[in-house]
Amino acid sequence: MKTEAKTEPTRLTIHELVDAYRAGDTTPTAATEAYLARIAAHDEKIGAFLTVTRDEALSEARVSDERYRKGMPRGPLDGVPVALKDVFCTRRVRTTCGSKILSTFVPPYDATVVTRLRDAGAVVLGKTNMDEFAMGSSTEHSAFKPTHNPWDLARVPGGSSGGSAAAVAGDLAAAALGTDTGGSVRQPAAFCGVVGLKPTYGRVSRYGLIAFASSLDQVGPFTRDVQDCALVLEAIAGRDTNDSTSVDEPVPHYAAALTGNVRGLKIGVPKEYFTPGMDTDVERSVRDAIGVLEKLGATTQEISLPMTDYGIAVYYIIAPAEASSNLARYDGVKYGLRTPGARDLIDMMSRTRAAGFGAEVKRRIMLGTYALSAGYYDAYYGRAQKVRTLVRRDFERAFARVDVIVAPTTPGVSFKHGEKEDPIAMYLNDVFTVGGNLAGLPAVSVRCGFSAAGLPVGLQVIGRAFDESRVLRVAHAYEQATSWLDRRPQLR
Amino acid sequence: MISDKDVEHVARLARLALTESERARMREQLSAILQYIDKLKAIDVEGVEPTSHAVPLVNVMRDDEPGPCLPQSDALAHAPDRAGEFFRVPRIIED
Repeated sequence: MKTEAKTEPTRLTIHELVDAYRAGDTTPTAATEAYLARIAAHDEKIGAFLTVTRDEALSEARVSDERYRKGMPRGPLDGVPVALKDVFCTRRVRTTCGSKILSTFVPPYDATVVTRLRDAGAVVLGKTNMDEFAMGSSTEHSAFKPTHNPWDLARVPGGSSGGSAAAVAGDLAAAALGTDTGGSVRQPAAFCGVVGLKPTYGRVSRYGLIAFASSLDQVGPFTRDVQDCALVLEAIAGRDTNDSTSVDEPVPHYAAALTGNVRGLKIGVPKEYFTPGMDTDVERSVRDAIGVLEKLGATTQEISLPMTDYGIAVYYIIAPAEASSNLARYDGVKYGLRTPGARDLIDMMSRTRAAGFGAEVKRRIMLGTYALSAGYYDAYYGRAQKVRTLVRRDFERAFARVDVIVAPTTPGVSFKHGEKEDPIAMYLNDVFTVGGNLAGLPAVSVRCGFSAAGLPVGLQVIGRAFDESRVLRVAHAYEQATSWLDRRPQLR
Repeated sequence: MISDKDVEHVARLARLALTESERARMREQLSAILQYIDKLKAIDVEGVEPTSHAVPLVNVMRDDEPGPCLPQSDALAHAPDRAGEFFRVPRIIED
C-alpha cells in the first residue's frame, strides 16, 4: 500500500505488521492491545464480534513476543491478530453459528483452519457475527444482533460472513476467516470494500466448520490487500486427513505469484453479468477496472455463461437440501438447546428446533426437506444436480478460451437494514457468486471503486480449479495499479 | 401453491413444530420460492449426468486402523440431560 508512513498497528496490513515486528517497531502484544482497544471503542456500533477472547489473545500475543525477541518467529502470520467467523469450532471458546440453538455451545476441538492459524502464530481476537448457520446475505439473520457496515452504519455488511468482513473493514482485526457457500465471503467483501477469496472446493479443509451445504462450503480469508490474502491462504490450504473432501494438491507459495505481470493474459467478460438496468456505479467501476487490466497488457473478450440466469434456482435447491440433512443433528439430544417439558422424543426435537432456529433457517430446512422428499426428489434435487453439471460446463467452455473471468461480484452495493425483506430479493444478491460455488472454482473480490453514496464496489476474478495463483496475480496487479485502498471508512 | 397438507408433512419430516400462522406464512413463502425454482423445468437435461461433487474425488478411504478419538467425557460435556455415560432423552413412543 503506497501511503505515508503509518505507525498505528491497526492500520497496517499483515505483511507491514510482521515487517514492523521484525524491525522491532512494535510487538504482537502492542498490536493486540491496539486491536482490543479499537474493538472496545467501536464494536458497539459495528457489531462485528459475538465473542472477544481478550485474555487468550493477550496470552498468545505474549508468547509470540518471545519468539520475535529470540529472533525465531514462525512465519508471515506470527503475532497477527485475526478474527474467526462463529461458524468455526474453537476449542473452549463459545461457538454459536449465529444461532440460539448453539448459544451456549463450547466445542471440544479446534477446526483444522483454526489449528493451522494458531500453529502459524496468529492471535485469535474472537468470533464474529454471521447469518444463522451461514444462511443469508446481510447478517440480519443472526439470532443475536445485526452487524453494521463500517462505511455506513445504516447499511448491511453483507452476509453470511458479515462480522468478519466488517471487522477487517473497520480495522478491528488484521484479517478474518469466513465461509462461502453461495457468495458469503465474496459478497460481504464487496460490500465492505475488502479482499475476500473463495478458494477452489477442496483447497481448504472443512473439518470443524459447522456444515451448511457440504458440496458447496469453502473457507476463505478476508484481508485488506491481496498480498495478505495470499499469506493467509497459504497457511490454511492443503490436504487434511480429517476432511475426505480436501484435495491432495500441493500448496504453492501464493505470495510468489504476485508479480504484477498480466501481459498476454486472456480475460473473459461474461455478458450475462452485465444486465440491463444494473446498478450504474457497479457497471462503471467494473468496466473501468477491466480497462485498467487491458492497459496492463491483458486482452479481454466477451464470453457467455448462459446458465447464469438459472444459478440461483439451482443453488436454492441444492444448498437447502444439503442443509436439511446437515442441520438434522441439532435435535436437543447431545448438545445445544433442549426445550423442556416435551411429551416424547419427537415432540422434544420438534419443539427444540422450533425454538432454536430462526425464520430463514426454518424456511431453508423446509425447502430442502421438500426437495428431497419422496415424489419430489427427481423433479427438484435430481434436476438441480443435472443443471449444476450444465453450470460447470459453461465455465469449462469459457476456460478453454480464457485464463480468468472478470465480472462484478454483486449486482448492487450495500443496502439498508430491513430493505430486502422478501426472501427472493435477498437471494438474488448471490446471482454472480453462486456459479463459483456450483462449479467449485476459486474466485476473489477486490475493491474497484465507490458508488455515488460512498459505498464500495467489488470486482470479481474467477479462475480454473486450483489456479488461485493466477486469480490472485490478476487481482494484485489491478490493486497495485490503482489507489482505492487509500480511502478508509470514517468511524468516530 | 403447495398444499397445507404438504407443509404439515414436510414439517413433520423436518422435526419442526410450526405454529398455525408460521405454517400459513411458510406455505406462501415456499410456494413463491418453488415457483421461482420452476424455471429449471425449461432446461433440457436429457443425458446430462448429475453433479453431486465439484471435484473428481471418489471413495476416499483410510485403513481400518483404530486411532485417537474424542474422549467420552468431552462428548458428554454439553449433554442437556445425562445419565451416567448416556444422553437421556424423553421416552420414545411408537407412532
